[in-house]
Amino acid sequence: MILNYSQPLEITNLTSWLDTTLRSSMSEFWVLLIEFVLVGVVLLAAYAVIALILIYAERKITAFFQARYGPNRVGKWGLLQSVADMIKILLKEIIKINRSDRFLFFAAPVFMIVASMLTFGAIPFGKGLNAIDFNIGVLYVTAVSSLGIIGVLLAGWSSNNKYSMIGAMRSGAQFVSYELSAGFALMTIVVLAGTMQFSTMIEGQRYCWNLFNGHISSMIAFIIYLISGHAETNRGPFDLPEAESELTAGYHTEYSGLQFGFYYLAEYLNMFIIASIATTVFLGGYMPIQVHGWDAFNGIMAMIPTYVWFFGKTAVLIFLSLWVRWSFPRLRIDQLLNLEWKYLLPINLVNIVLMVILVLTGLTLTDLFPGLF
Amino acid sequence: MAQQIIFFVLAAIIAIFSILAVTAKQIIRSATYLLFVLLATAGLYLLLGYNYLFAVQIAVYAGGVMVLFIFAILLTNRPGENVKTELAVRRVAAGATALVGLAFCGHVIYWNIKKVSELAVQADITPQQLGHSMLGTDKYQYLLPFEVISILLLACIVGAIMIARKR
Repeated sequence: MILNYSQPLEITNLTSWLDTTLRSSMSEFWVLLIEFVLVGVVLLAAYAVIALILIYAERKITAFFQARYGPNRVGKWGLLQSVADMIKILLKEIIKINRSDRFLFFAAPVFMIVASMLTFGAIPFGKGLNAIDFNIGVLYVTAVSSLGIIGVLLAGWSSNNKYSMIGAMRSGAQFVSYELSAGFALMTIVVLAGTMQFSTMIEGQRYCWNLFNGHISSMIAFIIYLISGHAETNRGPFDLPEAESELTAGYHTEYSGLQFGFYYLAEYLNMFIIASIATTVFLGGYMPIQVHGWDAFNGIMAMIPTYVWFFGKTAVLIFLSLWVRWSFPRLRIDQLLNLEWKYLLPINLVNIVLMVILVLTGLTLTDLFPGLF
Repeated sequence: MAQQIIFFVLAAIIAIFSILAVTAKQIIRSATYLLFVLLATAGLYLLLGYNYLFAVQIAVYAGGVMVLFIFAILLTNRPGENVKTELAVRRVAAGATALVGLAFCGHVIYWNIKKVSELAVQADITPQQLGHSMLGTDKYQYLLPFEVISILLLACIVGAIMIARKR
């Protein structure tokens, strides 16, 4: 995709410069190898850094919701608190549990982190900043994110602890049910956009976000996606699996040190991933706000780099998720399953049909007002 | 070259974990090894360029069926206990069944291997093409099998509800 305005701050400039420099001095094989390794390293680093920032943001925002200061000792405004926590977690001993299945116990956190890493790779962070861009992007994301639950189930079983076990079973039931809703909500938008590829989907939202393009149907899908995505990440008010008063810490009770760190990281990153998928699919992803005919305005908006747009939109959604987390009381397990199976899923199925009707009869905003959107 | 290396790594993973899945004494370990086999198979699809099949393999087998397997195993009595070795007669019967299966699959693969190499050229099918071939009625379009399978699944669901229903 090419925006017709100058974009001096894009990272694409850097990456294409790197590519041409490497290609001028090496053979194809080595160029590709070096670039693959670089992409991998950058993704892993981004994974860790985003998690650190999210943990700090979460603790600070939570503190403000509860009218206290939050972390304020390490560094200015406690900015280095999560770095200190990370070092502490890296130094901790990994405790071995007696009479537990050692192999599964060690494999479980890896499942969790690999699943969230695979999903993380598919996110378009900005123009030209996605590691993979399948023509089945949406399907790929829903597929690989479903692997994480295996890590949770195995962790619960191999810990040889009944609290872990109950936590894992609850988490499994919750994840499997809400995954369905999230998938259907995304499918509604696939009907609207006519593609599953993230880059094409974003390009199609240049003048009108999918959220507005399919008006009623899109709004419903967006709300359902936010609810079910929030539930998938096991965060309050859906944090039954680790309900602290009854199950200590749920499925990761017995984990310590880096293994606990894996679960912790994956939890925060899953929150980020849900928000960024919602951004990409509903809110135009990294596309700047553009209006038909307002050339000066479009030029100014396009001056802001695409990754700033992406992270800005994602941050708004993450704030929304934190807001929900600290505003609602925890649901009971039957309420939680009722919400999914008796309300969200039927609404969702009707909503898909509604969206199909909207698209076929030409009632989307782009069809109704072709010059405007 | 890189493709060759990746293929051999995946093939080794599939072979080793298939054997482990059968020989493991604990049923939950078997399930986990089977999961690795399914994931490596998905990797093979990705290597061939069949992105859609890759995603479906992961979503259906690794994310769906295996999660149900693990759930079912966790709900059974003492999943961590070692399974007792079966009687000699049963072992022989199981071995014979496995051999017949191997012979059948080998036969099918042997006679179709040329076709596969011709078909594999047409990789990276778009979702649009797939949708048309699944839900069309022309030649090489499979609406009828698709719907028949969905009726089969419906029958399974109704049956499951009948069994699980409380009186």
